[in-house]
Amino acid sequence: MKRSPVFLYAMLAFGFAFLYVPILLLILYSFNESRLVTVWGGFSLKWYAELFRNEQMLNAALVSLRVAVTSATIATVLGTLSALMMGRFGRFRGRLLFTGMITAPLVMPEVITGLSLLLLFVSLETVIGWPAGRGIDTITIAHTTFCMAYVNVVVQSRLVGLDRSVEEAAMDLGARPLKAFLVITLPMLAPALVSGWLLSFTLSLDDLVIASFVAGPASTTLPMVVFSSVRLGVTPEINALATLLVLLATATILIAAGFMWRQERERERVATKALKTERGGSHTSSSRP
Amino acid sequence: MTDTLVQGTHSASSRPEGSRPGAVLRRAEARPIIEIQDVVKTFGDFVAVDQVSLTIREGELFALLGGSGCGKTTLLRMLAGFERPTAGRILIGGQDMTQVPPYDRPVNMMFQSYALFPHMSVEANVAFGLRQDSLPKAEIRDRVRQMLDLVQLGPFAKRKPHHLSGGQRQRVALARSLAKHPKVLLLDEPLAALDKKLREQTQLELVGIQERVGTTFVVVTHDQEEAMTMADRVAIMDSGRIIQVDTPHALYEYPNTRYVAEFFGTVNMFQGQLIEDEPDHILIRSDALANPVYVGHGISARGGATVWVALRPEKLAISRVQPDSPHNWDQGIVEDIVYLGGISTYHIRLDSGALARVTTQNLERMAEPDITWDDRVFVSWRHDNTVVVTG
Amino acid sequence: MSGAGEGPGHGLGGRPTTGARTRSIAEAAWAAAGRDGERNGHGRTRLQWLMARFGRGTVIGIPYIWLLLFFLLPFLIVLKISFAEFRIGLPPYTPLLEWIEGGYLQIKLAFGNFLFLLDDPLYVVAYLNSLKVALVSTLIALLIGYPMAYAIARASPTWRAVYLLLVILPFWTSFLIRVYAWIGILKNNGLINNALISLGLIDSPLPLLNTEVSLYIGIVYSYLPFMVLPLYATLEKMDIALIEAAADLGCRPFKAFLTVTLPLSMPGIVAGSMLVFIPAVGEFVIPDLLGGAGTLMIGKVLWSEFFNNRDWPVASAVAIAMLIFLVIPIVVFQYYQHKHAERAEES
Ligand SMILES: Nc1ncnc2c1ncn2[C@@H]1O[C@H](COP(=O)(O)OP(=O)(O)OP(=O)(O)O)[C@@H](O)[C@H]1O
Ligand SMILES: [Mg+2]
Repeated sequence: MKRSPVFLYAMLAFGFAFLYVPILLLILYSFNESRLVTVWGGFSLKWYAELFRNEQMLNAALVSLRVAVTSATIATVLGTLSALMMGRFGRFRGRLLFTGMITAPLVMPEVITGLSLLLLFVSLETVIGWPAGRGIDTITIAHTTFCMAYVNVVVQSRLVGLDRSVEEAAMDLGARPLKAFLVITLPMLAPALVSGWLLSFTLSLDDLVIASFVAGPASTTLPMVVFSSVRLGVTPEINALATLLVLLATATILIAAGFMWRQERERERVATKALKTERGGSHTSSSRP
Repeated sequence: MTDTLVQGTHSASSRPEGSRPGAVLRRAEARPIIEIQDVVKTFGDFVAVDQVSLTIREGELFALLGGSGCGKTTLLRMLAGFERPTAGRILIGGQDMTQVPPYDRPVNMMFQSYALFPHMSVEANVAFGLRQDSLPKAEIRDRVRQMLDLVQLGPFAKRKPHHLSGGQRQRVALARSLAKHPKVLLLDEPLAALDKKLREQTQLELVGIQERVGTTFVVVTHDQEEAMTMADRVAIMDSGRIIQVDTPHALYEYPNTRYVAEFFGTVNMFQGQLIEDEPDHILIRSDALANPVYVGHGISARGGATVWVALRPEKLAISRVQPDSPHNWDQGIVEDIVYLGGISTYHIRLDSGALARVTTQNLERMAEPDITWDDRVFVSWRHDNTVVVTG
Repeated sequence: MSGAGEGPGHGLGGRPTTGARTRSIAEAAWAAAGRDGERNGHGRTRLQWLMARFGRGTVIGIPYIWLLLFFLLPFLIVLKISFAEFRIGLPPYTPLLEWIEGGYLQIKLAFGNFLFLLDDPLYVVAYLNSLKVALVSTLIALLIGYPMAYAIARASPTWRAVYLLLVILPFWTSFLIRVYAWIGILKNNGLINNALISLGLIDSPLPLLNTEVSLYIGIVYSYLPFMVLPLYATLEKMDIALIEAAADLGCRPFKAFLTVTLPLSMPGIVAGSMLVFIPAVGEFVIPDLLGGAGTLMIGKVLWSEFFNNRDWPVASAVAIAMLIFLVIPIVVFQYYQHKHAERAEES
């Protein structure tokens, strides 16, 4: 059936232009000699050089990376455990409360999460003396808490899609539940764990609001530095940083996509081969690819 | 279209059940409602439908039969207007419809998946097409009522499709596509989603409804029995081409190719050479058969040509007594007996190594079968029950 | 066999591990264990039973405790502090004990934070304005996102993958930096104004940055992918045969879209709208960077109450108010939405 797709494709083009023109401009101007965004002063890498001389920015980047790696890892473990609870444990005491707590961070405004965690840390410090001051640890805890909610969603949706019978077959063949889990379920969940981790990593690296609440004076994350310098005005170093971050994200995504594409192709190839033999073999076969 | 090679006399034996020769005769002179002229459809460089020409007559129940991927659905979708032919023309009711969009065609389709609108009640689904024509409300209500009565779904009018069983959904789809009184109803595997028992029952129901409303039905199916049960005429398709169009009876008894013979019913197929080719008879020699095959009429093939002898299992006879004829028999060992209630199938391993399947009717309840495993038996057939095809 | 998984519920290896026992006992244990076999220790060794019990306990315990400690407890503290009074010092609020001793008068004063929110129109206006901004942004995102999602869903598989990649990619790049990119485009000597001036269309720069326009651009830009993805998911799942059936029954394409496609993509519309609306309401960064000083949004108000005024009790009260008037309605809505969808799917 033919319908006129002109409008649709125009909207698609508009949408992508909307999404990408700002990013491309940032990249373009990161190579601009001039400090002014609107004046092209010739090609230059000086903002990259300046970026790498910016001690504060580099330190903040290190803090952010540390927080992101740690909290993504813990969040992946906790989020996976939660998903298993939700997906495989049926009823347990306090399930409703747990469901609420694991899904609420997804809809909670960041300012509320940030404020409440800060107040918690302050209160804990006055009552039990921990955490002594705020810093990387408190940011990590905060990020873990909201990231695990995302991991939970990702893993749980994969868990729903999994064929229970494979696991049951393993147990039927004598594998104990723990073993069946480790040997059968976990490998099948692996893609979800990877994407959950990456998602958490990105969310943590990207977070400004929550970190601003729970960070101490000595632990400034990259978004916090970017935010304060952006507030002061446009700085071309940020363009350079943006370019690097965009390239990094693009490379990661393309590698992941390429990998998935290869797998897909492989599957397709096998399918077509099977189809060919089937069609060549008999006229009356009734299955379709 | 039909150019059957063998012009044997009609044998009174086994006319497949359900085909309706009366209806065929009645409609033979009817006007053509669909004319497909040299239609080609390609997807990229894949030819899905290849030079198909076909005429379907008014009031006919016409079946398109063929294996998976042979282009049946594509052909049907071109009739409905969802696909444009790459070449050729399609006339419906004498008008060229090749470029007309689906919503302006006087045909309706019943989808294989039924494609019922899940957010509308049964009633709303059936009324959907009528609403598009902006008919008065009262008339729509009447027509919907009529249609639901026709498919016996009156009490379910207010239900949503997912609260219905598979068979009920199928009937809603039928009612919906019939509601607009289309000139032609296209049905793509209408019964494929039903289980065997329901399918058989519904086949006859569908025929009944078709006879009552008188609409031309074009049914796509890959089930040979279904086509036999329902259709006045059947077109056999293979790899995008139409191989033969005929009544089920003619397709069964006078297949024009090996493909049709094998596709339409079970058959014993033996390859052979034409050794004698006279106007009034032919003789065929086959490596698989001990004696030559005699057929009492000529065929349009040259001497020495490779031909196939197609023998339906029920047209073969088995016996312990050697036939006293120089032609049309062979002998072998009973390898297997498949008891199917009304009939039994004997698998006879001929001395050449070829296998012959013979069915016999079990007419007597108490009869002890006198032929059993490992018996040496003779297989024979009448020359006028022999079908010879060349390709 | 569906409810309990690798927990002990399953008569944990009852069959294979009890070689010494007779088959029938194991069988019985297996059957008895059934769905809720926590108390059914027969048919397995004590060690296994402990391990299973412990394993299940760990799985449930650790995330549970974590969330209780770092998610639920903080809210109780916020609640408590919202009833406290501002004071200069550290922590900058009156301690809990004082108002218990203080009695009636003190408690009444403590409600002051909430009365204050009602008293000063700033807060109510900010709350309503947040709703308005989020709603309008969601609508704009829907208007742009729906055709995009539709086009992607109808594209060939290869292009579909490319388009999806392009939709997802911005999400993986820094949110803050993408918002920042618009500053360079929208400011007075930014790209748009310079272009318009050099084309001679305007003489003096249009005020674009720090306006409602820039605020909406920022929100829509940031959350557009969240609108497109769920819409794509429902549109892609939708059976093309339904649209064909509509056409077959005489329905023209646009009407078929209105009567069939649109109602059937409602779940995607709701999901996408929630994904845009929810973060937009509480948004702080975009109104702060693109919305200008005058923008009143509740997230920004909370932020400045906390960081600029250092009034923790009022900030807490704002948080509690947001929770009651924003988060809880959203959660309830989602819950019923979810239930509804589930019921629809079940049948
Ligand atoms: N839109 C399309 N693009 C590319 N190839 C197609 C398309 N539609 C059908 N084909 C191909 O055309 C051939 C015929 O398809 P069609 O659906 O008509 O088969 P069919 O006879 O209905 O088979 P089945 O019994 O399995 O339904 C198949 O090989 C199919 O892969
Ligand atoms: Mg088909």
